[in-house]
Amino acid sequence: MELTFRIYRFDPERDSEPHYRTYQVEAEPGERILDCLNRIKWEQDGSLSFRMSCGHGVCGSDAVRLNGRCALACQKLVQDYEGEPEIVVEPLPSFRVLKDLVVDLEPFFEKVNWVRPYLLAGEGDPEKERLQDPSERKKLDQVIRCILCACCMGSCPVVGVNEGFLGPAPLVWAFRYIFDTRDREKEDRLQKVDTEDGAWGCRNHFECTRVCPKEIPVTKSINFIKREIEKVLRS
Amino acid sequence: MAIRHKHDVVIVGSGLAGLRAAVEAAGRCDVALVSKVFPTRSHSGAAQGGIAASLGNEEPDSWEWHMFDTVKGGDYLTDQDAAEVLARDAPRAIYELEHMGVPFNRNPDGTIAQRAFGGHTRNFGEAPVKRACYAADRTGRVILDTLYGQSVQKGIRVYPELSVMDLVVTDGAVRGVVAYEWATGELHLFHAKAVLVATGGFGKVFKTTSNCFANTGDGAHMVFRHGFPLQDMEFIQFHPTGIYGLGVLISEAARGEGGILRNRDGERFMERYAPTIKDLAARDVVSRAIMSEVREGRGIGGRDFVHLDLTHLGKDRLEERLSDISSFVRIYLGIDPATQPIPVQPTCHYMMGGIPTDVDGRVLDAAGNPVPGLYAAGECACVSVHGANRLGCNSLLDLVVFGRRTGRRILEDVSDLSFTEAGGEALEACRERIGRLKERRSGERAARLRQRMQQEMMEHCGVYRTARGLEKALGLIRGLQEECRTRLVLDYKGDRYNTDLMEALELESLLGLAEVMLLAAQKRTESRGAHYREDFPERDDAAWLCHSLVYRDGDRVRYATRPVSITRFQPKPRVY
Ligand SMILES: Cc1cc2nc3c(=O)[nH]c(=O)nc-3n(C[C@H](O)[C@H](O)[C@H](O)COP(=O)(O)OP(=O)(O)OC[C@H]3O[C@@H](n4cnc5c(N)ncnc54)[C@H](O)[C@@H]3O)c2cc1C
Ligand code: SF4
Ligand code: SF4
Ligand code: FES
Repeated sequence: MELTFRIYRFDPERDSEPHYRTYQVEAEPGERILDCLNRIKWEQDGSLSFRMSCGHGVCGSDAVRLNGRCALACQKLVQDYEGEPEIVVEPLPSFRVLKDLVVDLEPFFEKVNWVRPYLLAGEGDPEKERLQDPSERKKLDQVIRCILCACCMGSCPVVGVNEGFLGPAPLVWAFRYIFDTRDREKEDRLQKVDTEDGAWGCRNHFECTRVCPKEIPVTKSINFIKREIEKVLRS
Repeated sequence: MAIRHKHDVVIVGSGLAGLRAAVEAAGRCDVALVSKVFPTRSHSGAAQGGIAASLGNEEPDSWEWHMFDTVKGGDYLTDQDAAEVLARDAPRAIYELEHMGVPFNRNPDGTIAQRAFGGHTRNFGEAPVKRACYAADRTGRVILDTLYGQSVQKGIRVYPELSVMDLVVTDGAVRGVVAYEWATGELHLFHAKAVLVATGGFGKVFKTTSNCFANTGDGAHMVFRHGFPLQDMEFIQFHPTGIYGLGVLISEAARGEGGILRNRDGERFMERYAPTIKDLAARDVVSRAIMSEVREGRGIGGRDFVHLDLTHLGKDRLEERLSDISSFVRIYLGIDPATQPIPVQPTCHYMMGGIPTDVDGRVLDAAGNPVPGLYAAGECACVSVHGANRLGCNSLLDLVVFGRRTGRRILEDVSDLSFTEAGGEALEACRERIGRLKERRSGERAARLRQRMQQEMMEHCGVYRTARGLEKALGLIRGLQEECRTRLVLDYKGDRYNTDLMEALELESLLGLAEVMLLAAQKRTESRGAHYREDFPERDDAAWLCHSLVYRDGDRVRYATRPVSITRFQPKPRVY
């Protein structure tokens, strides 16, 4: 079928302002939107820039906004847009655009790093593995699916108005270690996010949960952190 | 103008191999990671099924059995001294990963859970054994995330989204690298005492592959261009179960959990090809079985795929242990694996060959001597623990075992190595290379040339090979190389995220490596592991129990062989 793509373009070397360009693409219903973007780049316009790598939703590179909704271009298919007059492709909102669909991710990774995304298990590792009950490990099942694509950040209305807000993905990573029974810094971790720009910055809009391509219950996880703060720090 | 940096160690590539080495060396010397993609976006994150170690958490196991399986899996081309290091060190490596925080699945008693995987057996081939440690079907991702966390904790300097274009080599020693920054179009010159190449695989030489777009073999090609050899490049693994048409991988874990391959008659055909371990035979064996079924008209509906049947595993097991692949199948095929079989076909997956190293990651030249200042680890390297065919779950293990050893070795060596001011020439050469591409006004786009290469390699250098096919492909690849030199044109000449330029540079790597693969495949007139010559269908130990080396000598390409290390297991016919 033939599709119309309207793509956000901005080259800071040449353009004073962003603009949109339209492309026609022939594609099969089962093809990925990423395949279409590649076809545009390879056959029509080599100046179009976007990130991609794995092509199947595991590396987190190709988060963009498709008809107003943050998503991975490699996880959406042509048939998902059947009946829509055009597919508008834009960079993730709330991020600085470096070129076309490529945004500046440094501030995002800084926030992820700020939550200390590593296990702090104290001194003295045992000779073999630490034991962990399967039910304890199960609590992490969903959050370890995060691929740091930043779709959630792009769609969170709070991130949109408050740059200081830690945001959904870094909170997912905070959860990952707060609820890992092997970690010894739980209290400290909870204190760190017990702020207006931390867990309490979240206003329960659920936008992050709706767009997460890995189906992580993001909002629910943030609420678990809030509850744990009440339980551990306030009681 | 170029931006200059100075670090004791520059690690090219931030997949698991690069990260593991970096974490080992950091703190005790100045380490920098230079990577084409952000560390967490490296293709190690796509690894699904597991990482092998004879922990014996679920049933008795031993490192000797693991070593034997690795050697037999590699069709006896595996260097046994290296396989011993791998299998012996595996349990320690897993415990270490657990200590770092990897969220492995657990048994009811709290130990790390394990599952069966292709080619891993009990008591030297008797029956499948549970040796693969896993975290659902996201094992690579969680290990990558954990090591990324370690690198954050250690404050390792990362230069993301820079592609290394060349090595700085003076007097036979490696002294740094030149890299191109995608955000700005600037060139960077890194002076270093030691350079570790950890740039991963190069499945993008082929049309159907489980590999990511970044897997273009830049590192291996760079080393080759400088006259250092590449080893065993004819051994290319085709994984039996790629999603039909897409190549996206369905992990062997699916068969480890009990999944069954079926042909158009619903027959479990692996019973005929590998009576003992059936669907869990080594990958080359299963891929050839699928292709034979297809050739003999027993593909589904007579077409070029078979079915992977998971319907008997039940929804819960699929959700708990194979949730990612279940979702891939739902998203890309619109199929629910709990109720419908999955159409699959072999997909190019892994490079057994690469940059030859010793067991400490030191790169070896054509004479077998270490190259001062140059190290390699991970899929781009060839230690060789995988021989002619890698077993599932042995790559992640290879990355952490040899990544760590390489980091250690670099620490030992670095005090004897020194910085130089060299690099100006390499820098100029890179600048000219980009300049030439940007100046050309008309010609052929990289994507077109790449497509022709991928098609040809798939047809003639895939699961089945013949002298005629290889000859034809070699002619075509050389023609494409010539076109690449004289006609390759960019549509975009700007400096900001010029992915058009990126693909042009990558194409040179891909074509260079394709030629090496074809040459090595042409020479080896036998069938072993993943290299199957229809015109020479038998393994020939008398003539070919040896590694191949291909290297450049001036304008010529030379071929040589190197003996295999055989310590414990004498070659035997390989039946499963
Ligand atoms: C889908 C899939 C599933 C797999 N499942 C398993 C499994 O279950 N178990 C198992 O053991 N193995 C598995 N494997 C194999 C294993 O994952 C890979 O062999 C391994 O991850 C390679 O790791 P690496 O560190 O060598 O390279 P990668 O992780 O590929 O990293 C390469 C790095 O090099 C960088 N790079 C490349 N070129 C340049 C350049 N020019 N300049 C700078 N940087 C560069 C990239 O940015 C990247 O950071 C799987 C592979 C695939 C594709
Ligand atoms: S939580 Fe979901 S949307 Fe957010 S970064 Fe992780 S995977 Fe992406
Ligand atoms: S639930 Fe919280 S984090 Fe998620 S979008 Fe809403 S405000 Fe943002
Ligand atoms: S390309 Fe990796 S997530 Fe889409």
